[in-house]
Amino acid sequence: MSNAGTQKLLGAIRALGERPMTLMEVCGTHTMAIARSGLKTLLPENIRLLSGPGCPVCVTPAEVIDAVLELAMEKNVILASYGDMLRVPGSTPGDSLLRRRALGARVEIVYSPVDAVALAKENPGREVVFLGVGFETTAPGTAAAVLTAQEEGVKNFSVLSMLKTVEPALRTLIAMPGFRVEGFLCPGHVASITGEAGFCFLPEEYNLPGVIAGFGPEEILLAVYLLAKQITEGKPRLENAYRRAVRPEGNTLAQAMLKRCFVPRRDLWRGLGEIENSGLGLREELADFDAEKKFGLSAAPKARPTACRCGDVICGRIRPEDCPLFDRRCTPEDPVGPCMVSSEGACAAAYKYRGIENG
Amino acid sequence: MCLAVPLKLIAINGTTATGEAMGMTRQVRVDFIKNPQVGDYVMVHAGFAIERLPEGQALADLEAWEEMEAALE
Amino acid sequence: MDEIISLDYGSGGKKTARLIEKLILPRLDNPALRALGDGAILDGGEKLVFSTDSFVVNPLFFPGGDIGKLSVCGTVNDLSMCGAEPKYLSCSFIIEEGFPLSQLERIVESMAAQCQKAGVQIVTGDTKVVEKGRGDGVYINTAGIGILRHPGLGPETIRPGDRVIVSGFVGDHGTAVMLARNRMMQGEIASDCAALNGLTEAILSAAPGVRVLRDPTRGGVATTLNEFVEGTALGIELEEAEIPVRPQVQAACDMLGLDPLYCANEGKLLAVVAPEAEEAVLAAMHSHELGADAAVIGEVSSRYPGKLSLRTAFGGSRVLQKLSGAQLPRIC
Repeated sequence: MSNAGTQKLLGAIRALGERPMTLMEVCGTHTMAIARSGLKTLLPENIRLLSGPGCPVCVTPAEVIDAVLELAMEKNVILASYGDMLRVPGSTPGDSLLRRRALGARVEIVYSPVDAVALAKENPGREVVFLGVGFETTAPGTAAAVLTAQEEGVKNFSVLSMLKTVEPALRTLIAMPGFRVEGFLCPGHVASITGEAGFCFLPEEYNLPGVIAGFGPEEILLAVYLLAKQITEGKPRLENAYRRAVRPEGNTLAQAMLKRCFVPRRDLWRGLGEIENSGLGLREELADFDAEKKFGLSAAPKARPTACRCGDVICGRIRPEDCPLFDRRCTPEDPVGPCMVSSEGACAAAYKYRGIENG
Repeated sequence: MCLAVPLKLIAINGTTATGEAMGMTRQVRVDFIKNPQVGDYVMVHAGFAIERLPEGQALADLEAWEEMEAALE
Repeated sequence: MDEIISLDYGSGGKKTARLIEKLILPRLDNPALRALGDGAILDGGEKLVFSTDSFVVNPLFFPGGDIGKLSVCGTVNDLSMCGAEPKYLSCSFIIEEGFPLSQLERIVESMAAQCQKAGVQIVTGDTKVVEKGRGDGVYINTAGIGILRHPGLGPETIRPGDRVIVSGFVGDHGTAVMLARNRMMQGEIASDCAALNGLTEAILSAAPGVRVLRDPTRGGVATTLNEFVEGTALGIELEEAEIPVRPQVQAACDMLGLDPLYCANEGKLLAVVAPEAEEAVLAAMHSHELGADAAVIGEVSSRYPGKLSLRTAFGGSRVLQKLSGAQLPRIC
């Protein structure tokens, strides 16, 4: 789409009027795409776009990271992880997988869970543990990798499943007192798996507009327009603005894989606390590949008390600057909550744009 | 967490394929694509194709443009 | 928490800067060192420029170059950026026990070829061997001396209205090396490793008004430009659409989860020049084989003091921070 197309869309958004409205995206990749394109700097002032808990890396709680860091120090273990996990902090400021690697832990960056299985084959004397982080987009591949390990008899491979699903988190947010978001940009690639069906609950149960959005800045802008239009018209429904990659029924093969390998369970989210049925645990029959069983780790550790106010920031109840930890205990280099862990989260962005008016 | 890239399948061997974009190639698992064919375009996330795409990026952009035009009626 | 040297300290970003500021400078303090330029401008009859760099790249051989080529070009370039004519290099090898002689030969041949091309000589050196497991094949340090030909360069001379020029495509080297390390991905991307002394001479002779030159190595274009303005009353604004990035490099970065603006370059330079010098400098660069794709990518202003900002291809704007630590491939 050309600049002319962008201008046309912006014009159409402005033509809807000046009614203030608050929208939310719930996908780390949307957060990144919006930040990289500077899209927010182009939106009219009446439209507020919040970043929800859309980054599964960033919502991995400190308590789980602590367990991962301990595991990393075991002489026999090789941790295989996506790059972004390396900087997520544990409970102690500055403690992360990157730091532990410097202290001797064997941590390998992989781009796919399949790479981790290959790593296990190449290191028969060691235990390879893959950090299974992600939402519905990533979970099917993680499951397929486990089945591959099973088929090929790779016994020194296991997954620590920190996989989560988006819907329960959205429901928790919506139920929070004072939650004022009027429309959701729905994550396009999660929707590739779940289908439009995965997000129909928004208009059907909560009367909330939802638009499934792609990842180019024009596609995100289109979704913003469609949401704004729905809000103005007062007829909430689920629209699919990413039809080339999202079918109404979703990816049935991937859905079948999810059912085959995972059970939903209670899970702990950094900044949001415990959410029922929001985590994906490996089924009993795959226990041999379940790092929790192999290493005696807890599925959802008890949440420790914290002064972190990410939940309020995510919902837009307070600004990052209002959090008592912002720029004191919590900085991009030493983050506490997901809003700062994510390099483009609400707090990280606020930190970066300090001193710039139209940031 | 949805960082994904569109790739063209240039070779397929069971559930493993080679995806290509701009001369760059990478291994892709196609477990979740029904009847994958050489020449198919797929969206790849963490080494797995999560959905088939309409042929070529040009068509995809065209669709996005058409969606926008339709939305602005 | 005890301080240890983690990977981030070597990435050229904030942590490296802090290490220099807090641990090294206080102990080794002197005016030449404190200026923290690419090379130190010294007195010894003629004004001399002295620079050093160590090379620990992995893998040792990659498309477009090798550790040897890098070690010569890196130091030649640092001297050139200071306005010096590079003359003499020293070279130290730290070799791991068991390293194949044939590979060392290839590396030294590569260094010889680069020295020829750049018109410099390696005049002194050292070799050490460490036990197996205590090195990464080979590490190389080179130090270089050049004669200062064009004094007065430095970021402190930058003024509002100055143009920011890049000598060509951005992100090639960092991407090529990441790709060379990745077994799951293949691609025809080569490092841009090259000696830039010919290009810098052409630029500095083209017109007065060249403020500063710097090669955006680790940390990339974004980190280097940040260094020019941080802590000052000036800012730099870039036009994303003007920054040349090869489509293959962009595709590789998309697949690897990297940003070309933060990837290392080993055969490119950034030049900040006065507006009246823009035309002559660009012409001089375009006539040189290493500057054929040079482009103006931004401007200096006092709008956002101390910050590097980008007007995106989409029409929005954002701030580009310095790289904090090593760039890690993303999935999110």
